[in-house]
Amino acid sequence: MPDHQINPNQWIDLYSDYLYNYTITRVSDKEIAQDLVQDTFLAGLKSMKNFKGEASERTWLISILKRKIIDHYRKINSNKGKAEVRISYNDDSESEGDWLEERVADPFDKTAEDSMQNAELGNAIHNCLGKLPQKQANVFKLKTILGYETEVICNELNITASNLWVIIHRARTAMADCLEKNWF
Amino acid sequence: MKKSLLFVSCEEAQHICDKAQYDEAGLWEKIKLNIRLSWCKITRAYYKRNIKLTEKIKESQVECLDVKHKNDMRKKLDQAIKDQAS
Repeated sequence: MPDHQINPNQWIDLYSDYLYNYTITRVSDKEIAQDLVQDTFLAGLKSMKNFKGEASERTWLISILKRKIIDHYRKINSNKGKAEVRISYNDDSESEGDWLEERVADPFDKTAEDSMQNAELGNAIHNCLGKLPQKQANVFKLKTILGYETEVICNELNITASNLWVIIHRARTAMADCLEKNWF
Repeated sequence: MKKSLLFVSCEEAQHICDKAQYDEAGLWEKIKLNIRLSWCKITRAYYKRNIKLTEKIKESQVECLDVKHKNDMRKKLDQAIKDQAS
């Protein structure tokens, strides 16, 4: 018997946010990320028979998503010349001189490193969210990550405000515990 | 002034602390939380950890699908599951 079972009916609830976050850090466009995640689920559904159950469902879906992301970049770079890196001599009148030093990477600019660390932290957060009971994870995501108003969440999930704060408290405690073990 | 107006239980202080993370704690609640923080170690530890969690989430710029897009995605997948079954 395989170690893992497949159940596409639960994919949206269990993996859509994780896959979306994974994608957005790689394509930096919300609409494209949504489309790629949707395509991944549909492709996963079509190739369900290939799922051997050796890896988890999430790992298997990520492997499909990786191919989708590569295909996406292939597609946008398919027009000849688009992928070329063109460096022209710097003749901006605003800069003080045409010094090549201006083009050397600044070692103190940590933007790339920061965003890589943020992506890893984002993954750690999603991993911890995956360990919460589904309702707690849902309320936490809506309130903390998406920033929805308390009233909107209460209407959406048909819960009272005091109920929401109890769920938030439990979720925050569990998230802090989990991140403490895996990140802080 | 009644003591109960100024002093809150540890549980209530944590509840206020949670609300404060979303800017939903009132001024009076914040005052009560600060009084508790001044002498309660447990509340202080919770407060510190709670703030750290908020900071890390902000720092990570973690993303989630909003309800509308998730529902659209669910509809499409449900339809595809039905089509595949028939």
